[in-house]
Amino acid sequence: MNVIALPILFPLVLIILLIFIRSKKIAGLISIFASLVLLAISLYLLQLVIKQEVIVIQMGGWEAPYGISLVLDYLSAIMLVVSAFIILTISLYAFRFIKNENFGSRFYVFFFSITMGLNGAFITGDVFNLYVWFEVILLSSFVLITLGNRKEQLEGGIKYMALNLIGSLFFLAGLGLLYGNTGTLNMAHLAQILQDDQQSLLMNTSAMLFFVAFGIKAAIFPLFFWLPSSYHTPNISVSALFAGLLTKVGVYALIRFFTLFFVQDQVFWHNLLLILAGFTMVIGGMAASTHYETRRILSYHIISQIGYMIMGLGIFTPLAIAGSIFFTVHNMIAKTNTFLVAGLVSKLKGTYYLKNIGGLYKENPVLAILFIIPAFALAGIPPLSGFFAKFILIKAGIEDGHYIITTVAILTSLLTLYSMIKIWNEAFLKKQPESTDMMLQSKLGFLDLFPSILLGAASILLGLFASQIFELTLNAANQLINPEHYIKTVLHLLP
Amino acid sequence: MEILLAILIGLLYSAGVYLLLRRSILKFIIGIIFMSNATNLLVFLSAGIIPGKPVFIGQETETVLQTDPLPQALVLTAIVIGFGIVVFTLALKYKFFNTTGTDDLDQLKKTDS
Repeated sequence: MNVIALPILFPLVLIILLIFIRSKKIAGLISIFASLVLLAISLYLLQLVIKQEVIVIQMGGWEAPYGISLVLDYLSAIMLVVSAFIILTISLYAFRFIKNENFGSRFYVFFFSITMGLNGAFITGDVFNLYVWFEVILLSSFVLITLGNRKEQLEGGIKYMALNLIGSLFFLAGLGLLYGNTGTLNMAHLAQILQDDQQSLLMNTSAMLFFVAFGIKAAIFPLFFWLPSSYHTPNISVSALFAGLLTKVGVYALIRFFTLFFVQDQVFWHNLLLILAGFTMVIGGMAASTHYETRRILSYHIISQIGYMIMGLGIFTPLAIAGSIFFTVHNMIAKTNTFLVAGLVSKLKGTYYLKNIGGLYKENPVLAILFIIPAFALAGIPPLSGFFAKFILIKAGIEDGHYIITTVAILTSLLTLYSMIKIWNEAFLKKQPESTDMMLQSKLGFLDLFPSILLGAASILLGLFASQIFELTLNAANQLINPEHYIKTVLHLLP
Repeated sequence: MEILLAILIGLLYSAGVYLLLRRSILKFIIGIIFMSNATNLLVFLSAGIIPGKPVFIGQETETVLQTDPLPQALVLTAIVIGFGIVVFTLALKYKFFNTTGTDDLDQLKKTDS
């Protein structure tokens, strides 16, 4: 089943190819075509997973606990498909939106190295390998955030770099202690060893180090400060890419680690996760409501929404984990879309600052509809994707008796709705303020709108076919909560 | 040997944290270097070290006293990654200094408010 290495190898080939291409246009066309291929590969893999549940290859032919295994299960396959879809829309969007930047085709080189890192992180079944993929993601995101060399970008880049490097150090330290305790780094083997482990104190040390590392990547409550001070600085295509994909790798790693092998001392961990989830939601939502810069509001929103994903992990029933995965899928699509629309608005008006724009509803009703779809999806209005995602999480919360976090989750929806209405009122309904000069007016073509239309359609379809998607995520959740089959497949224990 | 290394790791971590809390960006980067070296040593040490024994053994040597080669391989990878990152951060710092002319972290307030 060598085909599951393709999502890593294909971007690698592209990176090498794109280094030699100087023309921005040709590089852009190649990247659009390549992301289509990548989406096709991911869909094929998802369909393979539906047939076979867990697919494993051992790299270099070294058998499981000794070599590096690449493992594809439901969760990895779902994440692969969604991220390939986001990659496709961003490459369509970037084709129009990095035209006027002073960096050439280099953007695409790092675009695909981030893709490679993401796909690697989703597929790998080895903790150290995951560390390496995280570093690949990190280094390429450093470059992407500072491409262009504007002053704010460099400043944002330093802040982004500082906390994320510390996160990597935590990851490495946790990994070292984990290896010292168990003598293995293969996730399935770790799960097998730690199943009946009673020394929770020793394991908690390294679990906490991992938790802080992934918490920094996922931007959960006390560790999120790098995100809002850097995400609004780079080109909007880069911001959208980061918003859609980067924090979600942290969430993915948290879900993977805390369902597969850090399962001892559950009361402590689940309470911690729930408390932090609540704070993440509320503080992200409240901070968003004080800002008047679109990208800032949306950045704080990313944090607020991360809380929901962590909440599902904290409740830890199959339904709740399924809700988490559903929410992650919905959020990746809707959040990227809001950033894309913010970029479109700024292309039309020349600014992201809400006080200086207005009257867009009359000027460009299509754009208004394109904004309202992801905004309502994020707020959780039926029949869009967000409603079902939140509904599953809240149902799981009530069923398992976590009333406080459920209340917080419902109230945070109001905060989200408030921020979205604020953008709507200021940018679309309000009259254009007179003081601003209208020199920057430019037209939006169909090609500018197309990526946003794709994502909006995906949001609607996720809502309409919610039961099918839910079934898929429930399969993923069941596989995560009962990892027997996963462990046996990776370690070749099946007859 | 373990105790000596443990003390060294502690010293490196504390020096690193001290430098991270300074206001200068350059000192921050040096702090990161210290901390990443401390982490590398931690990984190296955590699997247990057995002095004077080879990693790869012939058939006649006792397998019990063999040094575990994996942490060394991990540390080697981590060191290489660390080098790459330090080079990037130094380049970033250089560029930042050229555009703004400041090395003071307290001046970095523009993207926060």
